[in-house]
Amino acid sequence: MGETYIAKSTAIAARMIGGEMMIMSALDSTFFMLNEVGTLIWQSADGQTPLSEIVTKRVCPEFDVTLEQAQRDAGQFVDQLSQHGILLVSDQPIGSAAAAVAPTP
Amino acid sequence: MSLLAEMNEKALALGIPLSVHLDLTYRCNERCIHCYLDHDDHGEMTTLEIEDLLSQLAAAGVFFLTFSGGEVLLRRDFFPLVEYARRLLFNLKIKTNGVMIGDAEARQLRELGVEQVQLSVYSHRPEVHDAITKLPGSLKRTVEAIRRLRSQGLKVTIANVLMTANSFDNPDVIALANQLGAFYTVDPTITPKMDGSLSPLALRIPGHELHQVFRNPQLVPNVEEFCAPPPPPGDDVMDGYPCSAGHTACYISPYGDVFPCVQFPLPTGNLRRQKFLDIWRGSPQLAQVRSIRARDLVTCSSCAHAGTCTRCPGLAYMEGNMRGPSTADCEKSFQRTGIPTANMALRAAARPPALVQIQALA
Repeated sequence: MGETYIAKSTAIAARMIGGEMMIMSALDSTFFMLNEVGTLIWQSADGQTPLSEIVTKRVCPEFDVTLEQAQRDAGQFVDQLSQHGILLVSDQPIGSAAAAVAPTP
Repeated sequence: MSLLAEMNEKALALGIPLSVHLDLTYRCNERCIHCYLDHDDHGEMTTLEIEDLLSQLAAAGVFFLTFSGGEVLLRRDFFPLVEYARRLLFNLKIKTNGVMIGDAEARQLRELGVEQVQLSVYSHRPEVHDAITKLPGSLKRTVEAIRRLRSQGLKVTIANVLMTANSFDNPDVIALANQLGAFYTVDPTITPKMDGSLSPLALRIPGHELHQVFRNPQLVPNVEEFCAPPPPPGDDVMDGYPCSAGHTACYISPYGDVFPCVQFPLPTGNLRRQKFLDIWRGSPQLAQVRSIRARDLVTCSSCAHAGTCTRCPGLAYMEGNMRGPSTADCEKSFQRTGIPTANMALRAAARPPALVQIQALA
């Protein structure tokens, strides 16, 4: 199976409040509050680092979780946020130009 | 509890200014008869000053940002400022009259990820709307702007301020909003001017019309519940604070003055002399606003409506005491429920007795 790359969409509003990341989609006004793990994945979504590497090198060392569990949870998390246009997902590295384009309605 | 309520609670506990209303300019191409602003430019913040402010607001934790005015598009740097704000990932709402929004502007707002645009429509009838804005053709241009914004998929809200000149037109403005695919919000609040002039208050709709507004099922989802007599307030209400002004929200003028709210002209500091967070955390005036609890309110703490009244501390401040009643809100509570407020009773008792008319025996 190939790698998954994730990048933050610019069609969102986001702010770290009290250690948790608040995110709102500008497309459908859906509101998310990310926990510490979600915040770490979100902050690591640079479009260049594969999701598998984010999980193994950043999530697992930081939190008490098995690799298998972390990979499954990260996959669900990415699916959910990408459905609302909050995360851009690709099997190729995502350049900053791609992430800067606001999706059409 | 919704995520938004959770976020508000967290912001309140941590002293984070979650929402900021920033007027970019007081200049305007309309001259609305009820407007509370002076439209001359007394030295607006420059582009660089506003960019610096926006960076400070992002660092302070501001999430919801509103650009308003005056007419925001009269600033030549409006779009660069929108772009700057969006790069800082604010949830950005724009308030505009829309008369300068063409296809290109609507597209740009969508591309920049503006969350919502709010425009005022006073009536579906051009002769009424244009008489309020004093700009001929303004209704047509505002409606065209709404169509352009909607065609871009932007969320649009029509704000319908009710006053003597338009109070019976709201059902047709609701129909217009539905036809345009816009949200609709109604507000019967007319405020004094920021310089203290009370002249706009003559435009407030009379009590009996307010009574009808509160019983209109098109405007109020559950009339029976909304207009029910108020339950006795519990300790949580009496220990609570009146509204978000100065707690999780504030207002910034085009000149860098910081106030608790756009309707609360209590100066707390100026951004040309102090950093935003120094004002937010250190202003004695904001500390005073934050110290007020419902049980401290003069007259209102003993009022039957204490738990349900929409009492605005800013309007109370403009009446002379931020801990006192706001008579406009007393009127609303009375018209909503039919139960006089403590402030009304006090005023009635203080009034000199009416002249006694003696009728001659027939």
